[in-house]
Amino acid sequence: MSATPVLALRGVSKRFGAVQALTDVELEVHAGEVVALVGDNGAGKSTLVKTIAGVHPIDEGSIEWEGKPVDIVRPQDAQHLGIATVYQDLALCDNLDVVGNLFLGRELLRAGTLDEVSMEKRSRELLDTLSIRIPSVRIPIASLSGGQRQVVAIARALIGEPKIVILDEPTAALGVEQTAQVLDLVERLRERGLGVILISHNMADVMAVADTVQVLRLGRNNGTFDAKSTTNEEIISAITGATDNAVTRRLARNSEAAK
Amino acid sequence: MSSDKTTVSTPASEEVPPPAVPAVDPRLLVREQGFAGYITEFKRRVKGGELGSMPVVAALIIICVVFQLSNSRFLSAGNISNIGYYLAGTGMLSIGLVFVLLLGEIDLSVASVSGLAAAIFAVFTTNHGMNLWLAALLTIVIGVIIGAFHGFFLAKIGVPAFVVTLAGFLGWNGLMLWLLRKTGSISVADKGPIKIMDMNSFFMNGDIAGAYILATIGVALMLGTSLFDQTRRRKAGVPYRATSEILLRTVLLAIVSYGVAALLNNYSGVPDSLVIFLVILVIADFVVRRTTFGRKVFALGGSLEASRRAGISVPAVRMAVFSIAGGFAALGGLFVAGQIQTANTQAGSGNDLMLAIAAVVIGGTSLFGGRGSIWSALIGGLVIEAIQNGLDLLNMDQSIQYMITGAVLLAAVIIDSVSRRTQRSSGRA
Repeated sequence: MSATPVLALRGVSKRFGAVQALTDVELEVHAGEVVALVGDNGAGKSTLVKTIAGVHPIDEGSIEWEGKPVDIVRPQDAQHLGIATVYQDLALCDNLDVVGNLFLGRELLRAGTLDEVSMEKRSRELLDTLSIRIPSVRIPIASLSGGQRQVVAIARALIGEPKIVILDEPTAALGVEQTAQVLDLVERLRERGLGVILISHNMADVMAVADTVQVLRLGRNNGTFDAKSTTNEEIISAITGATDNAVTRRLARNSEAAK
Repeated sequence: MSSDKTTVSTPASEEVPPPAVPAVDPRLLVREQGFAGYITEFKRRVKGGELGSMPVVAALIIICVVFQLSNSRFLSAGNISNIGYYLAGTGMLSIGLVFVLLLGEIDLSVASVSGLAAAIFAVFTTNHGMNLWLAALLTIVIGVIIGAFHGFFLAKIGVPAFVVTLAGFLGWNGLMLWLLRKTGSISVADKGPIKIMDMNSFFMNGDIAGAYILATIGVALMLGTSLFDQTRRRKAGVPYRATSEILLRTVLLAIVSYGVAALLNNYSGVPDSLVIFLVILVIADFVVRRTTFGRKVFALGGSLEASRRAGISVPAVRMAVFSIAGGFAALGGLFVAGQIQTANTQAGSGNDLMLAIAAVVIGGTSLFGGRGSIWSALIGGLVIEAIQNGLDLLNMDQSIQYMITGAVLLAAVIIDSVSRRTQRSSGRA
């Protein structure tokens, strides 16, 4: 793992009107590292991801790219740096085939016209290297299953040769088999030396592929854990803020009473 | 158009198996190579509801047979020439509408814009004595600007296209009536561009060779691009069309085009209007299928959000598409003016609009965006024109024509919906 993180957030804050969505958030992603971003609903995961993706510019703090401070104010800025985001709603065009979707907005041209042959060739190569199996690269997205769409959406993010890939709940709507395929794909991204930010509510998925688990709670960092040496319980208590909640208060009361 | 021609299947002989295929998933729909593969693929498509343009071609054949049985003049050379000639006017509106429908929008103003264009052209040339070519160009530019105006309200202000173009439908019709308020109609000189769109203007002055040259160009173009594509694909190691399939397609096209050419030559050749229409069809088809612009149009029709996230400028594409529709509407107006050599207040009525939209939908372009082809303007236009022409020959009243055209439109949409449902149930939609 390289010493300088590819992407680092330093003291990032974001406010929406009266709501302080993020307060002094720190985050580091290295090349070849899978960082799981976990937290309860409303903890600020999506907001954090959107600041990185350029959807919401940050109010305070700084973003560093390979050690140098950068401004990300538009989605294009993030794309130019090499940050690709796969949102939960996959945003694929149902009517276009797989090749069309993979290269949408980045079509390869030959003498000013679409170079379907090269695009098809590169699509097959990309899908092969990721071991993605779909019936054909020339069938419309509409005829693919949910898991296949998810892997196509992830593959699509890789066309621009990004350094960081953000996956927002990639396994939320998937079955057992498809989830395993997506997790395999995440591991393959890591092997290719990409930094991956994985948002998930599913602790099993997080523990299966993440190297680092970053917990957000109420818009603040609430612990960074090494996935190898931590437990589910530890993370869940960080997510729920277990030191101060009804469950722990009750436990404490009960143990008091037991004495 | 004769329908009883059958092709002898060309044997699959020269197929070389592709080198070392990597292991394939057993579920994959792998196409067998060669002619047999083409046939199985075809059967699978029909079963899966991917009918394409088959129903409408079948309908066209049935229409031809029925009218021919009731009036033997229907398939006569003169009448076919007539159908081809009148096809071009509304056909132009339909080409523009295909772009709009692919986007998933609707343009109700095209007929009004075409009527207005004819009036503007007449005012320019007859009242102000402007050069006819310049006036024609200027009229088309005005059409483009009108379209961009509609597109602006949709793309930048967010007014639904239905409402913007409905306003345009009324407003531009009003402007046309105002331009023609004194006389009710202005005749245009039968010169320059109008002369070309005249009923008696034929390609190469109706020389027999003209029609065959056109047919040869069409067939050669198809064969050439198919073979070129096949070679590139074979070199790149991606699936390619079998030579036998290319030959079969070329032979089919050759039979149709040389057949039509021979038929039209029996009368007096290919009408110039039809030639212009076909050339524009080929160009528009190229734009839709082979350029980034066309890809963007399909993408917007499929998913606005996905297109936006892919970095496509949604407002720019929308405005461009409505400009195209406006330009084609103006061009169609010039064609109609050329047909009657006048700009009158009856031009560009709501019926023209409905027929133009009906043609596109009958031709197989979806009203919901993202699915369709430029050729639906030709094939749907042929159906509509054949019905109108056939009923005219039978001296049927206009009322009957509308009812029958309405029924055909309904049938087309039903076939579309049913085939789409079949596609869904077989996982191909």
